[in-house]
Amino acid sequence: MIPAGFEYHRPSDIASAVSILQEHGDEARVIAGGHSLIPMMKLRMADMGHLIDLQDIDALKGISLMGDTVTIGAMVTQHELITSATLANAVPIIKEAALLIADPQVRYVGTVGGNVANGDPGNDMPGLMQCLNASYELSGPDGTRTVAAREFYEAAYFTARDDEEILTRIHIPVPAAGTGYAYEKQKRKIGDYATAASAVMLRVVDGVCAEASIAMTNLADTPVFAEAASAALYGRALDDAAIGDAVSAAIEATDPVADNRGPVEFKKHVASVILRRAIDRAASRAS
Amino acid sequence: MSKMHVKMNVNGKEVEGLAEPRTLLIHFLRENLNITGPHIGCETSHCGACTVDMDGKSVKSCTVFVAQAQGKDVTTVEGLVNEDGSLGVIQEMFREHHGLQCGFCTPGMITRAHRLLQENPNPTEEEIRFGMAGNLCRCTGYQNIVKSIAAAADTLNAQKEAAE
Ligand SMILES: Cc1cc2nc3c(=O)[nH]c(=O)nc-3n(C[C@H](O)[C@H](O)[C@H](O)COP(=O)(O)OP(=O)(O)OC[C@H]3O[C@@H](n4cnc5c(N)ncnc54)[C@H](O)[C@@H]3O)c2cc1C
Ligand code: FES
Ligand code: FES
Repeated sequence: MIPAGFEYHRPSDIASAVSILQEHGDEARVIAGGHSLIPMMKLRMADMGHLIDLQDIDALKGISLMGDTVTIGAMVTQHELITSATLANAVPIIKEAALLIADPQVRYVGTVGGNVANGDPGNDMPGLMQCLNASYELSGPDGTRTVAAREFYEAAYFTARDDEEILTRIHIPVPAAGTGYAYEKQKRKIGDYATAASAVMLRVVDGVCAEASIAMTNLADTPVFAEAASAALYGRALDDAAIGDAVSAAIEATDPVADNRGPVEFKKHVASVILRRAIDRAASRAS
Repeated sequence: MSKMHVKMNVNGKEVEGLAEPRTLLIHFLRENLNITGPHIGCETSHCGACTVDMDGKSVKSCTVFVAQAQGKDVTTVEGLVNEDGSLGVIQEMFREHHGLQCGFCTPGMITRAHRLLQENPNPTEEEIRFGMAGNLCRCTGYQNIVKSIAAAADTLNAQKEAAE
């Protein structure tokens, strides 16, 4: 379990980190918390000549609320997501989801930037960010650009980020007051990735659903943003029939593969159970 | 790959050594510094036997490169004894309440419990179980570990009150 050797860099600003990436091309990789990357390096499924540690870059830290947008630095840890009063107030679904990731030790070091940039379909934050309609700020040799979370994921471990870019910040529109939310996850044990997980946000006005957003985790090689499921709820009372239609539409959009978490049929079944629970809980919280 | 000059503070002492950046912190502690409290159970980030405190966070030292730990403050189970070298409160409570059988997981358990009680001095049983979820024990069935930590919380709180 010893990874291949590398040269270690610890730059203190984004520009230096980008220039090291540029200099070494695909020989270089950034490391944030290392809790996805180091296990891969130990298995020799990832190896690189240069490792660029982002821990000293202050511009990648901190959580702030400006107007109706929350901005989270890429190096904010899952532990900080859980303990942030700003987030608990403005976007409480983030804490609910972060508490379901791994265990305390992993959450102290695992970062939100690493979780969304990694591209592993098992990661919980990408689906959550799609549900929230977040966008990612990327810095590279040609400057800065922003990509919507809903357009970022291409396939397992393939994202819209270029090799020479660093994901610096995540911007999240603060949901309207009274928005119901829930993050629901089925896992075999603490520290396991999801068999299925789902993020749901919805608004109810005059007894009918005025807005809904549904995304699912680990049910395809990218997160599944289930637009048809949201459409099935829109304009209807959140009764059994409407929720049943939404769940069917969401499952239709998934494409799980059989693995040690179970066969395809089982995963779809679990997905439908947890999605129904998430919609129920979100509805009960909507006001 | 060339070695780097590693410096950190371990259990209150400035230490240094030469190691390749890819060296895992657990190996640096055990092999370079001879600090063998933290154990290697799984080496795959799951069991928590290698848990140490790093800059006020519980971390699995099998999943930290020594290069990342450069300049940090690290505490291992050895650093949690009293000044006179006798067992610290959490250690003593594990002894008293049979919080261990083979003892393999214990250094990780105690180091993690230390941070948990710093953050939450009055945990409920549920909070103890949730806070200790990153540490596996193959012997005790956890019951006595939870009891030991609850007893340590009571003792630490009583000591604090007496000091005030
Ligand atoms: C036992 C265990 C259980 C886990 N369970 C879960 C779980 O249930 N759900 C879950 O979501 N995760 C889980 N994880 C993964 C954990 O949350 C990781 O910490 C997270 O996926 C990656 O964050 P990191 O900061 O550790 O990133 P790293 O491991 O440092 O990096 C991951 C990848 O992203 C890239 N990267 C990192 N930061 C940036 C950046 N700012 N810009 C560009 N690229 C970047 C790296 O180059 C690397 O390719 C688990 C991990 C362990 C060890
Ligand atoms: S040895 Fe580090 S978690 Fe098991
Ligand atoms: S006491 Fe034996 S593993 Fe915990």
